[in-house]
Amino acid sequence: MPAGSTYTPIATTTLGSAQSQVDFSSITASYTDLVLVMNTKGSTTNYPFLQLNGATGTSYSTTTLTGSGTTATSVRQTNTANPYLSSDAANTTDFVFNAILHFQNYSNTTTFKTVLIRANSASTGTGATVLLYRSTAAIDTITLKLNTGTYAIGSTFTLYGIASA
Amino acid sequence: MLNQIAAIHGTGVAAATNSYESIATATPSGVSSFSFTSIPSTYKHLQVRGLVFTSAATNPEYSFNGSGSGYNGHHLFGTDSSAFSNAYFAYNYNPSASYPSVFIMDILDYTNTNKYKVTRTLAGCDTNGGTSEVALWSGLWQNTAAINQITFTGAGANYASGSHFALYGIKG
Repeated sequence: MPAGSTYTPIATTTLGSAQSQVDFSSITASYTDLVLVMNTKGSTTNYPFLQLNGATGTSYSTTTLTGSGTTATSVRQTNTANPYLSSDAANTTDFVFNAILHFQNYSNTTTFKTVLIRANSASTGTGATVLLYRSTAAIDTITLKLNTGTYAIGSTFTLYGIASA
Repeated sequence: MLNQIAAIHGTGVAAATNSYESIATATPSGVSSFSFTSIPSTYKHLQVRGLVFTSAATNPEYSFNGSGSGYNGHHLFGTDSSAFSNAYFAYNYNPSASYPSVFIMDILDYTNTNKYKVTRTLAGCDTNGGTSEVALWSGLWQNTAAINQITFTGAGANYASGSHFALYGIKG
């Protein structure tokens, strides 16, 4: 039998000032998956990347399928500290970048963590990314950083929790 | 509003937060297949969110209502330096028993008896420089029957410890 409604908003942020990073911390472990939705603008054209649990080391890697409007290709990062959400999809100075990040089984403590990402920029491109964080720790902090510049005023970030039966 | 954004741009068709419900969960281990059975017909769409470990590299597959025929699919994927596409019916590529592969599958209008059933899936597995893949899958089951059972198979491998499949219903 169904276990009742889920897909619950946990936290949301609308930036009132430019920020170089956005944090969701003290995330409850009471859900099965997390979904983060972001709709943002950059102070300059920049690229968002993810940091989990404050880990700044090279414990991340990504594989990305990406399209620029003229070319479809794939790229990957290995042993990186800056795992990008996308390749062609940039956070431009227009309100055109959006991404949805899926953190599945984020609170289990026995497996590495894998994140599925869909990112779009009407200006520069679109793509899908799978991101590996080589840690078995439960995720309790999610930080969205940038390679340069800031997220502009009005950028929105919302975190949802999904609980399975 | 943000849920509407999610509906447009995500693989999920989640809408209002009170319209998305958990139906069942499976944690298969040491088995070559398992099923969600007796799926209620009270939703508009279904979504399966999975984290998969298998005993060997495989393209795990799925089927509906115990039927072994009528399936087609397309697969758009990236590995490390190129984009590829082929005609193939599966839901993920799990290249390693050591790294989790994940997927989100939407099964649309699953109770509609007037049309064939279709799926769409976002999936991927990264292994930090080893064989990795991120993919978009489409699926077609050429059958008009309402779906009341989903079976996931290892396609030659067993599901391993750590696997987690969750079935959700989305109201329409």
